[in-house]
Formats: sequence, structure tokens, C-alpha cells
Amino acid sequence: MERHFDEELRSLHENILRMGILAQEAIFKSIEALKNRDKSQAQEIIGSDGRIDALELEIDEECVDLIARHQPVASDLRFVTTGMKINAELERIADLAVDISQRVLELADKPLLKPLIDIPKLSIIAQNMVRDAIEAFVKKDVELAKKVVLSDSEADKLRNLIQDELFDYIAKDCNAAPRAVALLLISRHLERICDHTTNIAEDVVYMVEGKVIKHHSGKI
Amino acid sequence: MDKKIKMRAEGVNFFYGRSQALKNVDILIHANQVTALIGPSGCGKSTFIRLFNRMNELVLDTSLSGNIYLDDLEINSAQIDPVHIRKRVGMVFQKPNPFPKSILDNISYGLRVNGVKDANFIEERVEASLKKAAIWDEVKNRLSDSALKLSGGQQQRLCIARCLAVDTEVILFDEPCASLDPISTAKIEELILELKKDYTIVIVTHNMQQAARVSDYTGFFLLGELIEFGKTQDIFTAPQDKRTEAYITGRFG
Repeated sequence: MERHFDEELRSLHENILRMGILAQEAIFKSIEALKNRDKSQAQEIIGSDGRIDALELEIDEECVDLIARHQPVASDLRFVTTGMKINAELERIADLAVDISQRVLELADKPLLKPLIDIPKLSIIAQNMVRDAIEAFVKKDVELAKKVVLSDSEADKLRNLIQDELFDYIAKDCNAAPRAVALLLISRHLERICDHTTNIAEDVVYMVEGKVIKHHSGKI
Repeated sequence: MDKKIKMRAEGVNFFYGRSQALKNVDILIHANQVTALIGPSGCGKSTFIRLFNRMNELVLDTSLSGNIYLDDLEINSAQIDPVHIRKRVGMVFQKPNPFPKSILDNISYGLRVNGVKDANFIEERVEASLKKAAIWDEVKNRLSDSALKLSGGQQQRLCIARCLAVDTEVILFDEPCASLDPISTAKIEELILELKKDYTIVIVTHNMQQAARVSDYTGFFLLGELIEFGKTQDIFTAPQDKRTEAYITGRFG
């Protein structure tokens, strides 16, 4: 039986999807700006974050309103509560894209420390994870969500490699430190994006099956 | 399931004439917990709760199979007096049903018919019961007034006090707030949560939020079957059966 409430849940679903698309776009553009040393692209990302913040508030309000008026239970409750959490994770992901863009602005006028190889690789992992997490949310696909959770360790390993390599640069030449630190931070931002995405995927599993896998990813 | 079991039903079938109202129901009622029974109208939940103090045998042309235990006592055994069961398992109905007597007489009635004559004892028990039912302060200065002068919510709490006066152990609530306003409903719900410290409570309710608010365990009935039974938190966040999910989310039908 179709309920009026279903229409409101659909609207929430569409808004979270919109938030996901905006966050995904922000990461993609920030990595493009890094690769192309494109200051105007970086500034555009920083400037458009307000739109994502506004949508976050709108979704939050929508969730609170649904809880207050409908007191959802069971799958409806899981959808609304995970919707609130996913919303917050996506907003943080978009903020990290802004952080990357700020590092791009710092690096743009300085010579390249080294050719970028592993950071773009890490960015691809992060983007794929975000894409899959959003798809898992849309399709209620638990297997895809679990795949996202498992991908996080790959991102952690790559980030450690990048970190070791950049430490070597700093050890060899202290003048390289400001650029190495900026790249270190970028790798850290990308790794945090993966962490937030992992949370989204864990939330999707709870939303669909009612099972909590958070902090138990070893048992997936 | 580590708590003490106060009542249990095993393989209960119940018929009104040839019409089967309950089908092979098993349930455990945990001591000092609130168990809510939910389900659409006609699902058998009220019929089921009325078996717990043998109220259905007052209805003609009914038959029962299976067992219902109060502690280890099979309550339908031939040698058991139903009045004894109804003393231990009290009931509060949808519509408050005070006797057309004074407030005092309503509460002391159960004691007097059980042969208690000690006036001091009766007085103490009346006060204690009214206090436990959270209505003492509202009626202590007018105990000789007719109970029918009380508001609906007060009458319902009076009926709860009437149960408590006779050493009841289990209280069955059949839609206790259906005819009450939100404030009176909130008072009854607070009272239920207070009473579970000393009593075992079973409540039939159509109000899903009420079941979610007051109960520790919830059972969902449909067409005479107990479809799902579990901790209320689990039933209302992640029910296992699609029919429970459909009912509690209002997708039913």
C-alpha cells in the first residue's frame, strides 16, 4: 500500500542522492585541480561548498521533521536515521575536497616536488569507494556496501606508502618540507574521505538489513 | 531470555463455535516486564489476553486447547478455581468500569468478597493501592464520593488500584488508553512503567507508539497467529517478518 509518507521518504532519498553527487563532483574536481595545478578550479570548489552546507541543513531538517510528524519505525526508521548520518558523512567528504583544494592553492605556484603517481591512485580508490557507496545506498545493495568497507584497507596501505616516501623527501631536503607536507595532507584528506565512505557503507548495511557491522569490519 | 518467566502459553488454539480465533500460539511472558501485544482488529490479541485469567470461559460456545501456565500452575486445570486465577491475574479494560459505588468501596470490594473484615487492614490497603495507582492525592479527601464522578483517566487509574488491592501478580491491560486523552494516556503509561517493578504487565494496544514506549517485549498477532515475538527494540527497529514490518510501518493492506 502506497502511503503519503512514502512520497516524503522518496524526497529525502533524492536529496541524499543529490548530496552524494555534489560530494562526488567536489572530490573529482579537487583531484583534477591538483593534477592540472588549476587554481581557478580549486577556488571554484571552495566557493561552491556553501551549496553543499545548505543542502546538509535542508536534509537534516527534513529528517527531524519526518521523525517528529511520523515517528517512523522498522525500515522507515532505519532509513531516516541512516539518512541523517550519511548526510553528515557526505558533508564532511565535501569539506575534505575543500581541504584538498586549499592545498592545491598552496602548491600551484611552486615547482612539482615529484611526479604525482600514488596520490592519483589513492584518489581513484576514494572516488570509486564514494561512487559505490552511493550506488549501494540507492540500490540497497548490501554486497556492494560490504565491498566498499573492505576497500578501505587498500586505501590505508597506499596512504602509508605515500607517507613513507614523502618522509624520505623531507629527510633528504628540508626545503622540500612545505610541499611534502602539503602532499602528505592531501593523502591524509583522501584517506579520511575513504573512512567517511566506509561509514556510509556500514550505514547502508544497517539500513537494509538492520545489522550493525560498524567496528566489526573484520567479520564481514 | 534470561529473566524469570511469569506466564507462558503452549500450543494454544481457541475457537468461537467453529471459527478458530487462535492458532497454535506459544509465548513467554517475562516477570516484571511489560509485554505488548499488537495486531489489526480481529487478529486475536484480545481473545488471547483474556485466556490469561480465564475470562473467555464466560463466553458461550467457545473451546480451548493447549496450556497456559501462571508460574508452574496450569490455570485451566479442573481443580483450579477461576476466581483464584482472576485474583492473581487482574484485568483493566478499554473503557473504565468502576462499580457504581464510592471510591472507597470500589477498592475495598475485592477484599470484602474475599472475606477480609479487618477495617484497619482494609483502610491501609485502600490507601496503598490508590497510592500505587498514582491517584491517592486526587481522591484522598473524597473517598466516599461516587467513583462515577471521576474523570475517565481517574476512573481508569481507580480500576488499576482495584486490581492492586487484591494481591494481584499480573495485570492485563486491554486497550487501557483507547478512550483517554493524551494527558491521561501519559499518566497511565507512566504508571505502567512504575508498576512493572512489582507486577508483570501484558498490554493489548492499537497504538504502536504506546507499545514502543512502554513495553520490553512485543508480540505481533495476525489472523490468530503470533507472527513474531521479541524484544520491543528489535521489533520496532528491525523486525524479522515482512508482515510485522508491513503492519508497524502502516503499509498493511
